[in-house]
Amino acid sequence: MRFVDEYRDAGTARALSARIAELCEPGRAYAFMEVCGGHTHTIYKHGLEDHLPPAVSLVHGPGCPVCVIPMGRVDDAMHIARQDDVIMTSFGDMMRVPGSHGSFFDANAEGTDIRMVYSPLDSLKIARANPDRQVVFMAIGFETTTPSTALTVRRAAAEGLTNFSIFCNHITIVPALRAILDSPDVRIDGFVGPGHVSTVIGCRPYDFIPRDYGRPLVVSGFEPLDILQSIHKLLRQLRDRRCEVENQYTRVVAAEGNPVALAVIDEVLEPRPDFEWRGLGRIPWSAMRVRERYAAFDAERIFAPPGARVEDPKACQCGEVLTGVIKPWECKVFGTGCTPETPIGACMVSPEGACAAYYNFGRARHRATEPAKEMSRA
Amino acid sequence: MCLGIPGEVVEIRPDRPDIATVDVSGVRRAINIGLLDEHPPRPGDWVLIHVGFALSLIDEAEARAALDFLTGIGRAYDDELAALRASSID
Ligand code: SF4
Repeated sequence: MRFVDEYRDAGTARALSARIAELCEPGRAYAFMEVCGGHTHTIYKHGLEDHLPPAVSLVHGPGCPVCVIPMGRVDDAMHIARQDDVIMTSFGDMMRVPGSHGSFFDANAEGTDIRMVYSPLDSLKIARANPDRQVVFMAIGFETTTPSTALTVRRAAAEGLTNFSIFCNHITIVPALRAILDSPDVRIDGFVGPGHVSTVIGCRPYDFIPRDYGRPLVVSGFEPLDILQSIHKLLRQLRDRRCEVENQYTRVVAAEGNPVALAVIDEVLEPRPDFEWRGLGRIPWSAMRVRERYAAFDAERIFAPPGARVEDPKACQCGEVLTGVIKPWECKVFGTGCTPETPIGACMVSPEGACAAYYNFGRARHRATEPAKEMSRA
Repeated sequence: MCLGIPGEVVEIRPDRPDIATVDVSGVRRAINIGLLDEHPPRPGDWVLIHVGFALSLIDEAEARAALDFLTGIGRAYDDELAALRASSID
């Protein structure tokens, strides 16, 4: 109980884990996918798996946007960044993600002008200050960051900036969930739904999961208690033979999402017919691109990057980690060839990546507890 | 980048209704509040900030809980705060 004891509501956590255990039907095993990388982080940080009965296992989902960007897109970004007069801007999380010829950091050290920014709006400032250069923002993220990119493009247009564009890699969570549910080797009994994505899209886009796939989903906050409570809600639905979308995170997430954010996304961006995800392959309509109306701000139209498909390095098992087929520590290079300092795969780069979260927080405890848990599950 | 960080609105820029000064763990920075157009925050309100944009209004208790969570995760939050400090939005 050490890790939950460190948390201020240790008593509540203990009571919740007891109630979770009571809800498990004898002889039945439950696998729940936490969709969001932020949840994965909390789970390892607080050792939440130690507080679940052996019958309940957690599967880490594809909700780390840095982790699912395929290498080919990193290479395309590099291609754009290397053009004359280009300044590329990127969130810090993206800087160490390996492309087939190194990361943004490596390219920067070799003289390519790639600058880390906190916000897409910082890129606008760089564009204004460098009128003779082309500033390209490497836009990544799920619906939590998409409206920010869209609003930035709208602002650039309103200002009449002619030297700013985005390389759009925004992805959407719902098609990815559908792809996971359609995949034959994934067995999931329910979902811990993403919190911050849902502040934008609301709860209704998940309705197809109970309706078409018969699995419950509970939108969840990020604290240890939130996640335990969400697991409790999932188990209660299963016990009561109910199957619906529930919102555990009502203190932040409104059922209808943020209509202003949705409207600005829709004005500037449109769904892309096809996008490749690392680990999940190509998923139709799972990403966004710039609408014709804002073509002047679309780096793909301006710089026509090659768009080559690049295989992941052979040693890399990110794909299996991202679909929950293996746990991070089961990857052959985990902690040896692949560490946060020298990542081979993107799951080791972002703090939301399952491998990085496990590397930073999970290892010590795993050695002590996991073998026993594995045995009791077998 | 995926972290939502809570900030307290200090003032709305008189010349720019879409820009607010917020206080995040003692760091004062401008952020964009255009995505909250339907219910614009007022000084004293708390917002959840993603990449320089307020994405939702939250109450003070939620802000405190979110801060507890963030300070608990250590380096990732320090990096995010350092990035926020280095940013200049207008
Ligand atoms: S250890 Fe590295 S290569 Fe293996 S799955 Fe994790 S990030 Fe990918």
